[in-house]
Amino acid sequence: MAFLDKHAILEKNVTLLAIFAFLVVTIGGLVQITPLFWLENTIEDVEGMRPYTPLELTGRDIYVREGCYTCHSQMIRPMRDEVERYGHYSLAAESKYDHPFQWGSKRTGPDLARVGGRYSDEWHLDHLRNPQSVVPESVMPKYGYLERRMIDPKHITDLLQAHKMVGVPYTDEMIENAAADFKVQIDPFGDYDAMLERYPGAQIRNFDGAAGISEMDALIAYLQMLGTLVDFSTFTPDANR
Amino acid sequence: MANKPSKKQDNDPSTTGHSWDGIEEFNNPLPRWWLWSFYATIIWGIGYVIAYPAWPMINSATAGVLGWSTRGDVITEIAAVEEANAENWAQLAAVDMTQLAENPELNDYATKAGAAVFRTWCAQCHGSGAAGFKGYPNLLDNDWLWGGDIEAIHTTIAHGIRNEDDPDAHYSEMPAFGEVLARDEIEQVVNYVMSLSGTPRDATLVSAGETVFADNCASCHGEDATGDQMQGAPNLKDAIWLYGGDYDTVKATVTYSRFGVMPSWNQRLTEAEVRAVAAYVHQLGGGE
Repeated sequence: MAFLDKHAILEKNVTLLAIFAFLVVTIGGLVQITPLFWLENTIEDVEGMRPYTPLELTGRDIYVREGCYTCHSQMIRPMRDEVERYGHYSLAAESKYDHPFQWGSKRTGPDLARVGGRYSDEWHLDHLRNPQSVVPESVMPKYGYLERRMIDPKHITDLLQAHKMVGVPYTDEMIENAAADFKVQIDPFGDYDAMLERYPGAQIRNFDGAAGISEMDALIAYLQMLGTLVDFSTFTPDANR
Repeated sequence: MANKPSKKQDNDPSTTGHSWDGIEEFNNPLPRWWLWSFYATIIWGIGYVIAYPAWPMINSATAGVLGWSTRGDVITEIAAVEEANAENWAQLAAVDMTQLAENPELNDYATKAGAAVFRTWCAQCHGSGAAGFKGYPNLLDNDWLWGGDIEAIHTTIAHGIRNEDDPDAHYSEMPAFGEVLARDEIEQVVNYVMSLSGTPRDATLVSAGETVFADNCASCHGEDATGDQMQGAPNLKDAIWLYGGDYDTVKATVTYSRFGVMPSWNQRLTEAEVRAVAAYVHQLGGGE
């Protein structure tokens, strides 16, 4: 073991120690991090994923601003109890346009990964105004003021561009029409065909039932979309993930 | 201090040669049990890497010779539970709902499974105890808008009420009488309706209200105001209020009407699950 006894040389020479410590950290980093850039089985291809519509993206910002993630996760784990309660376990692909992602392990309230379409807009409205009116045991705060905060879409183009910069595939056409798409999503009588073509499966209606585009509209639009994009009838899980 | 005699004894192990202010460091070997446990964990670790998914390669990770995966695990577990319950679900899907109560074992299964389905899918609106909220009916009482025998409950759950997805959904629409009646007529009929189950706000308007009721409301709510379950017209005499029985609420209901919606569940739940919830709701206390 004469070789192992030579550690004294490293320990007594600070420059050598720094060089070898750097080497060790580099190798460890390379082994752990670099494969992630090529690992093809981390995110699987699934039908239906699309970037968020401008209104949904705004709703998502409100969700993050209000700190909803501190009590609600958006990640259904592959366990029987979670799958039976919330639906199909979450796929990595379902968060691929999220910046930042909304996973998490802290659940004071239920997981919201598949909350879309599970309740009516009216329910969401009642619940956000006064959660205890529909869930007496809830400890959620009231968010009724979102109804009174109107959104001016003047920054919506910038918002989409920022997301494009970090890798969300917003096309030039999407960015050009961002403000129009934003407005038309709450207008069931509007001309929304082009918008639907850009964002297939987007839900178009007046989410809070009141005139104007309030933060409530945006948040409910976001919630009603959550987990509804992937078409699970065409999805075959690859077990080895 | 440096001159202090060393306390080192002859049988002490050798020192590392480090010495600070006369304090020296023994070069003791590690305890054997510790060393062997350490080697054992290394060997176990190698075995683990071979057996389970572990090592990141360039394009994928090693799968492990056992072929284990989290997803495989959950699929097996769900399949095992489904298989264990398959017979119960099959029986439930085939049974004549009116005969369910005569098969205590199946009825018990249906009620308990129905309770689980209820808590997952129905509790959000009807409450975890099924007592309902304003606008969402209480399922514990014996007041039924669309019928309270087990088959009627089953139909309501399967197709829902006034939704757009299911053509067989229950449908009816009360007119907004604010567009039909004059303001004083509305005040009269509200007082009459309140008098049916309690105290009107202005007793002098009740008899006039009775006439307004007979002309406008009786066709759906019945001449005796006990409602009509074929049209989902509520019984107005039982002092059970979906939206509230105070003067302002009743007036708002008459003026603007209500349009409560319930989704259809036969797309999201299996037929057996719908039956299970129907059995659960039926036995809650108010089933006819």
